[in-house]
Amino acid sequence: MSVTAPLPHDAAPLHVTGGARYIDDIPTPAGTLHLAFGQSGIARGRITAMDLAAVRAAEGVVAVLTAGDLPFANDVSPSAHDEPLLSDGTVHHVGQAIFLVVARSHLAARKAARLGEITYEEAEPLLSVEQALNADSRFEDGPRIYEKGDAATAIAAASHVIEGSIEIGGQEHFYLEGQAALAVPQEGGDMLVHSSTQHPTEIQHKVAEAIGVPMHGVRVETRRMGGGFGGKESQGNALACACAVAARLTGKACKMRYDRDDDMVITGKRHDFRITYRAGFDDTGRISGVEFTQYTRGGWAQDLTLPVADRAMLHADNAYLLPNARIESHRLKTNMQSATAYRGFGGPQGVVGIERVIDHIAHDLGLDPVEVRKRNYYAEAPDADAGNTTPYGQVVEDFELHGMTEALLASSDYAARRAAIAEWNASHDIIKKGIAFSPVKFGISFTLTHLNQAGALVHVYQDGSVHLNHGGTEMGQGLFQKVAQVAASRFGIPLEMVKITATDTAKVPNTSATAASSGSDLNGMAVKAACDTIRDRIAAFLAERHQADATTVRFADGQVQVADASYTFAEVAGLAYAGRVSLSATGFYKTPKLEWDRIKGRGRPFFYFAHGAAVTEVAIDTLTGENRILRADILHDAGASLNPALDIGQVEGGYVQGAGWLTTEELVWDDKGRLRTHAPSTYKIPACSDRPDVFNVALWDGRNREDTIYRSKAVGEPPFMLGISAFLALSNAIASCGDAYPALDAPATAEQVWTAIRRVRNGI
Amino acid sequence: MLQRSICFSCQIAVCLSNLNAINDRQVFYVASKTCKTGHNRVLRRVSDMDITFLLNGETVALSGVSPTMTLLDWLREQRHLTGTKEGCNEGDCGACTVMVTDGTGARALNACILFLPQLQGKAVRTVEGVSGPDGTLHPVQEAMITHHGSQCGFCTPGFVMSMTAAHLNGATDHDDQLAGNLCRCTGYAPIIRAAEAAAGQPVPQWVRDDAPAAPPAAPFIPENADALAEIYASHPDATLVAGATDVGLWVTKQLRDLDPVIFLNRCDDLRHIEIGETEIRVGAMVDMNAMGAAMADLHPSYAEMIRRYASVQVRNAATVGGNIANGSPIGDNPPALIALGATLHLRKGGSRRTLPLEEFFVAYGKQDRAPGEFVEAVSFARQPDRLRCYKLSKRFDQDISAVCGCFNITVDDGIVRAARIAFGGMAATPTRARTVETALIGQPWTATGIGAAQDAFDADFTPMSDMRASARYRLETARAMLARYFAEDGGQTVSVLEVSA
Repeated sequence: MSVTAPLPHDAAPLHVTGGARYIDDIPTPAGTLHLAFGQSGIARGRITAMDLAAVRAAEGVVAVLTAGDLPFANDVSPSAHDEPLLSDGTVHHVGQAIFLVVARSHLAARKAARLGEITYEEAEPLLSVEQALNADSRFEDGPRIYEKGDAATAIAAASHVIEGSIEIGGQEHFYLEGQAALAVPQEGGDMLVHSSTQHPTEIQHKVAEAIGVPMHGVRVETRRMGGGFGGKESQGNALACACAVAARLTGKACKMRYDRDDDMVITGKRHDFRITYRAGFDDTGRISGVEFTQYTRGGWAQDLTLPVADRAMLHADNAYLLPNARIESHRLKTNMQSATAYRGFGGPQGVVGIERVIDHIAHDLGLDPVEVRKRNYYAEAPDADAGNTTPYGQVVEDFELHGMTEALLASSDYAARRAAIAEWNASHDIIKKGIAFSPVKFGISFTLTHLNQAGALVHVYQDGSVHLNHGGTEMGQGLFQKVAQVAASRFGIPLEMVKITATDTAKVPNTSATAASSGSDLNGMAVKAACDTIRDRIAAFLAERHQADATTVRFADGQVQVADASYTFAEVAGLAYAGRVSLSATGFYKTPKLEWDRIKGRGRPFFYFAHGAAVTEVAIDTLTGENRILRADILHDAGASLNPALDIGQVEGGYVQGAGWLTTEELVWDDKGRLRTHAPSTYKIPACSDRPDVFNVALWDGRNREDTIYRSKAVGEPPFMLGISAFLALSNAIASCGDAYPALDAPATAEQVWTAIRRVRNGI
Repeated sequence: MLQRSICFSCQIAVCLSNLNAINDRQVFYVASKTCKTGHNRVLRRVSDMDITFLLNGETVALSGVSPTMTLLDWLREQRHLTGTKEGCNEGDCGACTVMVTDGTGARALNACILFLPQLQGKAVRTVEGVSGPDGTLHPVQEAMITHHGSQCGFCTPGFVMSMTAAHLNGATDHDDQLAGNLCRCTGYAPIIRAAEAAAGQPVPQWVRDDAPAAPPAAPFIPENADALAEIYASHPDATLVAGATDVGLWVTKQLRDLDPVIFLNRCDDLRHIEIGETEIRVGAMVDMNAMGAAMADLHPSYAEMIRRYASVQVRNAATVGGNIANGSPIGDNPPALIALGATLHLRKGGSRRTLPLEEFFVAYGKQDRAPGEFVEAVSFARQPDRLRCYKLSKRFDQDISAVCGCFNITVDDGIVRAARIAFGGMAATPTRARTVETALIGQPWTATGIGAAQDAFDADFTPMSDMRASARYRLETARAMLARYFAEDGGQTVSVLEVSA
């Protein structure tokens, strides 16, 4: 049967009845204890005294731990061992964990955690880009630079030059389920950890270090997360380690979940960026050279800042062939939450940079930005003359955007609507409209090449039912369903015969995070390999029984055909079992063709590219800056989609999340480094009515030119960048208010739009 | 002597004998007693109460309930009904939405800021009780599956409950009905498709709850305004809880212990809206949805502001009286009422007094309210509708205003005859723009005529900068709102909410 089907999420019936279990819903053993962190109230300094008597005396408190009480490693960093679970005496941001309360209830732990009296020797925090640059506070020695050709010379020789700067805000993940972990002590010092994590192996690794056992002493299980978006790639380490340490100490199960405000104050967010640019171009808008300087605030610990900043550089070209380019990246260490992975992983920030440049060029030349975009696109396929290489030297072999752009411009009626908007704006003083098109070309693969591997474990039971397990985690994206479709397809059985099971480090070891949009690509292939191993064994067994050629055995429609015989899959499983055929197999996959030197910025970091394009129309109120998306049309490239329903879900959700990032979602820190927007009352993700009134989403009818699982493409991150079209449409609307370029910063809150309107109108 | 007590830490009831009580701020701590989970200090507060309600059709009678135990914690921790989720614990995300039915009908409410005593005599339905007894899915559940309305699934039970309540009530303004449910995965489009698909399906009988018979009397849950006046006069230090949309956060976020607490939810005589020939009088316990409905014809701009004031769940709980009494400088209701010239009615014991609403707000966190005195009603004159309310926030729905400007300007023969203008978010209290009003009155109602008034905003306001807006933006947009009022009066399109692609 065909693998492709628009099936609902496998857990949808559980979701809608309240039966889907998240960490905090798992029944706990009697006597389970609850944890909370005592947090730093200052952004930078040294602890000179700590009085925790009131904490210890508080109702329901069982134990209070500080760094000195930790039995083994005091580190929850996923990268540079620079992130203590509990402060080692220095304090690096407001909200940093200083002590750990173990109490009989969640509420008792939260109450007690506020009673610590901590005395600090306070230092001036490094908060702004300028402060960090002045202090040379960085995560790498100096800026990283990727170059192609000679941008400075090309710009000097160009007939037109623009320069500018854009501020791009960070973003809170706002997964609806906050961070959570539950550790249940096992015999002999082993530990079972239930964690809401995208990366069970990392949790296993860090917990093993924290309780001083080999990794084999820790088993991590993750059935699902209530949203991840990158925020659960590394940020769950602290909770899992705290629970494991406390469970080891008390012998009781220990659970920790962050209250929403704590979650937002403690955990990392999307990296904010400042990007300055200079570009040279001709009368048609064709770019000859561009220079970017990217500054990002990485917060207090390295976490994933280096690969995030790398990916921002790797997407500084987006869909455009840049003959000469220079990208300089500054990874700044600041006294804030440690910025972390977030859907797109730096890519969206890089894409915003080049899309801003194109928009600015079009404004400068008085051209339709769509024309400038098309003139700068990569060629459809490798072209020896044009080069068609990215600034990091990868040849673009699978560019889909020419056809997609024409199709979307036609289906969205772009030209006529652009003209109608110009008319509207000529006759309306207060409400102005804007429209913009933006493309995305997103590189698929982890840029840390060794992470591009996956494992699977498949069992066929003697009744023909199948147990499916792999290293990927389910956070709502529908990965489990897609992979189950693969398994069902390989065995030719109905999907109901495949049992999807929780990710478990004891079943599949050494997994990579479910991240970089790689889940289906990697785990789908690994599961296919495992299924095919079992299938081949069964085929060989049946072939021998029927004196047939094993390659002629067919698995389809719940039946297995061999020679003239036909069995149900269940019968075959029973026969194979009786025939002493192993019905369990592992599968493994590693992505081919990758070769990448991140220091030099040369090679092929990506197996292939996924594409998308969007047209968004907006309205702005020139009196107040209030703004709204009126319509969005999207065409997205998911290759030969495994599940068009789930993929469209990713596209719709990604667009709204991307538009939210660039409009209403504003993170505000005060001059003491305190995050002022630490709850949904002050941090505004899109609500229901913020989605476009008219929202047309379609998938591009294509197939991956590379050999991926059934020629599908990764779809988690790329559509996030389609939201950039909303930001550009706002810029377009603002531009109708005067002659100057709006130079809009993100997020384009009402106030930001209002400020840009005044700039365009009055030059202030 | 106390017979029942509950554990301070885990809220589990404990039977006591040989009490060794000490009086500590009216909280009776009982040393030398251990609860089931091992806590060694148990207590019964003076306002601990006995309450009765229906849960998914079954009667629940609880005794010795802490007045600030939230329904969410009770469902999850005591009943192990974990379908109802905690997303934010402050009423902003809707993951904890449940359906509550009483004599006024069924409504969606946020369980995280709903205290158990507020359920006295009501019926609660959670996501576990939305499917039929035989497991048959409710039409909204079915539609959510087939239209791919869930991805991670964590917000889904809350959406299902909001949709169930809306479906039962026949409401089809889905964007408004779901404004209080945040979803980070889907972008909402498939959820709206599901809501539209379910709209035509019949309401399953099993979700129609009847409120249980009248529960036993509980002194801290008075049955009418007179009883409230009496108990509050004898406990003037008590915290009054109307809808708990503000007090709820004192408990869930500030972790405050409140005691005693008096609940107003059974004071039905405070729920009346009287629309007379000359006056409109609104009882303190009128919820914001009822207020919005009452204003829809009289002052539609006010009703539209109330639509955006908060989500359905919050508006179902929030009351007119509570929003005044808490004295918030950023509450949206007082500016509108002040612009309408409202009078506040206060009561203490048997004595009553009135004052212009704006005079109630003395300073930040300080209101003209004596101990034991409570808001009984607010009233304002019937008048031709000249009121426009402009709410400015980062997000249109379920967001606190950066600036809320309410303008009530009477023009006759091209001359401004009267003006009452009030703002929230511009000062430490809801405040009238008196200099602006003075500068307008007597001036021609023209673009140039309002010029002097535009300048007068600087005299009335020195707003502050915070995470919602800068001081400059606040002042300049307050000014711009007068221009918007003038333009709207002239028939121009002045809101992005009114235009389409």
